[in-house]
Amino acid sequence: MTATALLETKGLTMRFGGVVAVDHVDFTLQEVELRCVIGPNGAGKSTFFKCLTGQLRPTGGEVLFRGAPVGRIGTHAIARLGVGIKTQVPNVFDGLTARDNVWTAATKVAPGRIAERRTDEAMERVGIAGIADRIVGQLAHGQRQLVELAMVIAPEPDLILLDEPAAGMTDEEVDRLVDLIAELNQRHALVVVEHDMQFIRRIAKTVTVFHQGAVLIEGNVADILTNDQVRDVYLGKQAA
Amino acid sequence: MDYVVILLLQIGSAVASLVLMSIGLAVIFGMMRVINLAHGEFLMLGGYAAITAFNLGVNLWVAMVVVAPLVVGLFGALVERLVIRHLYGRLIDTMLATWGLSLAMIGFVTVVFGNTVSGISAPLGSVSIGAYRTGVYEIFLILVAAILLIAGWLVLRFTRIGLIARGTMQNASMAAALGTNPSAVYAVTFAIGSALSGLAGGLLAPLTGVVPTIGAAYIAKAFITVISGGAAILSGTAIASALLGTINTLATFAFTSVLGEVALLVAAVVLLRLLPQGITGRFFRRAL
Amino acid sequence: MKKARVLPVLGNLAVLAAGLAVLFGLPAFAETYLIINSTIFAAFAILALSLALIWGYAGILCFGQAAFFGLGGYVYAVTAINMGDTTVPAVLAVLLPALFAGMLGYFMFWGRISDVYLGVITLTVSLIFFRFINQTAGEQWNIGDAPLGGFNGIPATPILNWPGRPGDQLAPENIFSLAVGLLIIVYFCCKILLATRFGRIIVAIRENETRAELLGYDVRLYKLAIFMIGGAMAGLSGLLFANSVFVSPTMFSLPVSGQIIIWIIIGGLGTLIGPVIGCILMQILTNYLGTLSQVKGFGWVDPNLVLGVLLVIFVLLVPKGLTALVADGWRWLASLATRPRAAAEPAARERTSNP
Repeated sequence: MTATALLETKGLTMRFGGVVAVDHVDFTLQEVELRCVIGPNGAGKSTFFKCLTGQLRPTGGEVLFRGAPVGRIGTHAIARLGVGIKTQVPNVFDGLTARDNVWTAATKVAPGRIAERRTDEAMERVGIAGIADRIVGQLAHGQRQLVELAMVIAPEPDLILLDEPAAGMTDEEVDRLVDLIAELNQRHALVVVEHDMQFIRRIAKTVTVFHQGAVLIEGNVADILTNDQVRDVYLGKQAA
Repeated sequence: MDYVVILLLQIGSAVASLVLMSIGLAVIFGMMRVINLAHGEFLMLGGYAAITAFNLGVNLWVAMVVVAPLVVGLFGALVERLVIRHLYGRLIDTMLATWGLSLAMIGFVTVVFGNTVSGISAPLGSVSIGAYRTGVYEIFLILVAAILLIAGWLVLRFTRIGLIARGTMQNASMAAALGTNPSAVYAVTFAIGSALSGLAGGLLAPLTGVVPTIGAAYIAKAFITVISGGAAILSGTAIASALLGTINTLATFAFTSVLGEVALLVAAVVLLRLLPQGITGRFFRRAL
Repeated sequence: MKKARVLPVLGNLAVLAAGLAVLFGLPAFAETYLIINSTIFAAFAILALSLALIWGYAGILCFGQAAFFGLGGYVYAVTAINMGDTTVPAVLAVLLPALFAGMLGYFMFWGRISDVYLGVITLTVSLIFFRFINQTAGEQWNIGDAPLGGFNGIPATPILNWPGRPGDQLAPENIFSLAVGLLIIVYFCCKILLATRFGRIIVAIRENETRAELLGYDVRLYKLAIFMIGGAMAGLSGLLFANSVFVSPTMFSLPVSGQIIIWIIIGGLGTLIGPVIGCILMQILTNYLGTLSQVKGFGWVDPNLVLGVLLVIFVLLVPKGLTALVADGWRWLASLATRPRAAAEPAARERTSNP
């Protein structure tokens, strides 16, 4: 008897006019699983991501969270089910302090004192306790990404969706991110959409490769990164 | 039968008025995403320019079609250089600054011309249609509105200037990279939009008379028409004017002219609720 | 950390002190004319606060706040004429505008309308009221015993009476105390609201609506709630206006909506005290200009001209308003007093103090 998958898509399709950005994608993620999604530019990764977060309404197919369809319920409802989302372009509260940013995330799921505690813990884990009182709009890009990360983990979501989390980070920040993802994966499931191959090498276990809107191949990281098809697709040659 | 003709002419007249009132604002909003809240006062200024010129002995047609657009066009160019240019990209600030400008213009005109209504009678007399009479001038304005829309389309579609304008509108930095000067394009666009408003104000003056506060009546309708029309300058304005003008006229015929206005406003609210990006935000997206 | 806390507390105390000084001090030495004028100023200040709240803190640029202002006045007048005792009408004058704001808000926020389009819709709604009420002269438009009066307005609006004692009407001094007292209460209620969880989330939504949704907040509900609160405040303002001036369609007009926006820009968007100060200053200025233009040689001083030029100058040169100007000036003075090489000050300074 297989357990219900945490996240599943069946024949997920997203069209924009005549363009098919996501083409009948079947995708399964178990509880506490870590999946990396890679692919060249224009492969449909980010569009797929937005279908998962509810930012786009799929034109066909289904998205299921623990067996329940979530394709049409809207972003805030999906987030409420226990999904933490970090978007490609950082979405943070620029005019507020880092602490207020993380607090706003924590207080949605926990009352008063507990929210304060979760806020402090999240900031510690991500390593931004030192800039807690800085206005986020004035921080460097990498630091803003970290703030957003803290906002994502503070509510302790069951599923964490990250779209290009390492973009714009310093080496030190990337190191911290790698450790954080490993630590998070002990209790949470993660889907990481990324470009940066070095980063993928360090965190990935199972990798799904997108190409022209569909899943090209899926497997463990060692096999994928030495696979000829994948290399061709990245270098621009037509996949067989 | 003549009743139907009169009704159609009234509708045409209402639509033409909306087109005239809105075209200047549409050009500026469509091209530069600037919401000029002094637009009504630009129309008012055009009216005053036309009437003043006429009273000074200038031929009525020259006053309305040459003097008015010239005066307001130049004024618009000045305003763009002094005020608007510093606020590009700041939509709310532009609205506020132009609101201030509108107050200043009302105040200035009140001081210079006083508070009374000035007017000139509509030229071209009237004509009989069956049992009814209607002014020929209203019919003339329908033609003018149509000509303006068609001319605008021709310029945008077939001339080099039109191409530059469309390019800048779609992607200013790209246009700049290709050698056009967006700053100059904006300055000229604002001047042209102002001139169109001046022309409209001059042409509408015989029908409405001018008083310093007449801008308020214009701005609301123009604003509503332009936003309901959506991003496409010409087709958006045309379609929105047609829709709202028709509803206005039909409601006026059925009830009173005030309820006709109310109907127009309600229609606009419903339209915006259904099509939050305006009509051409959803349909005819790539139209001019 | 302590330093950052002291300033806002001092600010609040100063505001409270000033408010109480006016509340108790003014009636002691001012003539009736000034008392009534001050009542009007206080009423408008509450109106300014209503938009300051929903625009400055919730990011909802409503171009038609006059609609709720006018509704408050008209609801009060019509129900008071019909009921005799003004207690229930006073409550309705606050509740009904809030309810209407609820309907309009539902219509707009559930349609994901925002920014310019929201501005146009709210503008249009206030215009609908204006045009419609303007032509309600004539008996067929009476509501019960109350004539709507068309462009002349409602002739004899009953003045508020002491609750439960119809016939025992409040004197101008009492209305003044009520208005200023309510202004102080409403001001501090807004402050408290903004410090609650709800208030902080509203501000977050203004900062980044997408992120708020990604965190699970239904932003439509939050915006609706704050919009209704703003509507209630505007209705309250209309009630006070009805008791100190009179009820007419101009309450719904474009200039009213425009003036509120001007007060906020001059005072400072994003603060509460700024718009109050901006409102009162502009009221004084407008009155002064009105009387000045009657004086020989000053006929050119048209209130519209002066206000218009002022607004343009402010938008170009002082876009953050007077409060930001004062705050910046304060900070500059403070930096002169302390050693300029103190690089370890940033944490305390980052907190912008918004009194």
